[in-house]
Amino acid sequence: MASSDEMSYVTRRKVGEQPLWRHGKPLLGRIDVELTERCDNDCVHCCICLPEHDEGAERREMSTSEVQAVLTEAAALGALSVRFTGGEPLIREDFEELYLFARRLGLKVMLFTNARGVTPQLADLLARVPPLELVEVSVYGMSEETYEAATRRRGSYEEFRRGVALLLDRGVRFVVKGALLPGLAGEVAEFEEWAATLPAMTKPPGYSMFFDLRGRRDSELRNRAICGVRLSPTHGVAFLTRDRERYLKGMREFCTRFMRPPGDVLFSCGAGHGACIDAYGDVQPCLPMRAPETVVSLRERPDGLRYALTEAFPRLRETKATNPEYLRRCAVCFLKGLCEQCPAKSWAESGTLDTPVEYLCEVAHEQARDLGLLEPGESAWQIEDWKARVERI
Amino acid sequence: MSIALEDVYKPSDDVVAREIEGEIIIVPLVAGIGDMEDELFTLNDTGKAIWDQLDGRRSLAGVVAAIETEFEGSEDGAIERDVLGLVAELVQRRMLVAA
Repeated sequence: MASSDEMSYVTRRKVGEQPLWRHGKPLLGRIDVELTERCDNDCVHCCICLPEHDEGAERREMSTSEVQAVLTEAAALGALSVRFTGGEPLIREDFEELYLFARRLGLKVMLFTNARGVTPQLADLLARVPPLELVEVSVYGMSEETYEAATRRRGSYEEFRRGVALLLDRGVRFVVKGALLPGLAGEVAEFEEWAATLPAMTKPPGYSMFFDLRGRRDSELRNRAICGVRLSPTHGVAFLTRDRERYLKGMREFCTRFMRPPGDVLFSCGAGHGACIDAYGDVQPCLPMRAPETVVSLRERPDGLRYALTEAFPRLRETKATNPEYLRRCAVCFLKGLCEQCPAKSWAESGTLDTPVEYLCEVAHEQARDLGLLEPGESAWQIEDWKARVERI
Repeated sequence: MSIALEDVYKPSDDVVAREIEGEIIIVPLVAGIGDMEDELFTLNDTGKAIWDQLDGRRSLAGVVAAIETEFEGSEDGAIERDVLGLVAELVQRRMLVAA
């Protein structure tokens, strides 16, 4: 054994920036756990939420011990962190118990929340036993009027403000992200000015704006409402490019790395490299992917997490598109890096994994025209010398 | 704080130590050890070998003896220096406490 008196025995490592593994990566890096699909808000744009008091959903949800078993298995497979999401995870009565259970397993916890359910007791807990990941708070408006126009719950704005104030008061580090609904769209300057005052906000907030349809394909009515608040491609691109210099700088690097036709392999994303557990104990290859043929039920097979990661998901990732329209367009389209088309979104929109999502296609083409990658009237899948086009920017 | 060979130490309840893919990862549990996001602590090979022996029952002299058996031929006094050095560092970081 060599003496280590020339250096420290203990090294503080920043995950993702410094190498952690010398002998090989663990099977699982992070696990996402959707604790519930229920939410105390009723946001018009939401692709997930069920009513807070939906008894049927609540009955089917994973029990405390089922979630604990998932966390234990994830830690055994090497996961360093868990992301608790929903629905609104804080409406579960056992949230604090699950949070502490995860932290005692040595998992860092990322929490996605609207902050309405942050109580003095929870804020104290997060201060005493820090999550070691930033809490992420969704923001729907900067005034009661705009916020509650989105959440459709009276009193929600005051509770959100109180929750955020508690986090600030206890020194719990959090970031905010905005949902670009008509209300917040008119308050972007105010939102970003406020966000810049938050201790953990080192860069401007992110936004959700090209809203997904319902992941369970459970409500035509709600889908119509979502389509009603989606930004038009023109408005969306105008928003993305509002700080043009910064946008172009980012896009130059991004396009060089990610612009190319994906071919007929459907999962060219990261889906299936990790695991997401839905509220009812199904292991999904990514958070939005609800297609029944892509998930593994932990209630049917207790070894489902390992099985998904070692057998089911690697097999799934080899799936090839067969839809002629997808093969004609998406498979040969070099805008893949710009386009949010993916099997999960295809399934939400059409019920198949390989149907082009027209809205996303239009957004990607609008963005490409803005960047000078396409001329008006051109379709990206028809461009053969796409490498020359990418070099334009 | 002086660390003596007759002392007995154990991992603090303020941290969770995990062994993943052959690495000891020390995850802070309570505030004040490493509260910033994405920060964990790892031990080097020497630290790992010593950490494995710190069970809250064995004295540090016993730890030194156990490691000397495992790593025959080490330079005289090197293992004792490493054990005392590691324990001092971990105690200072609140990762190890007297049993």
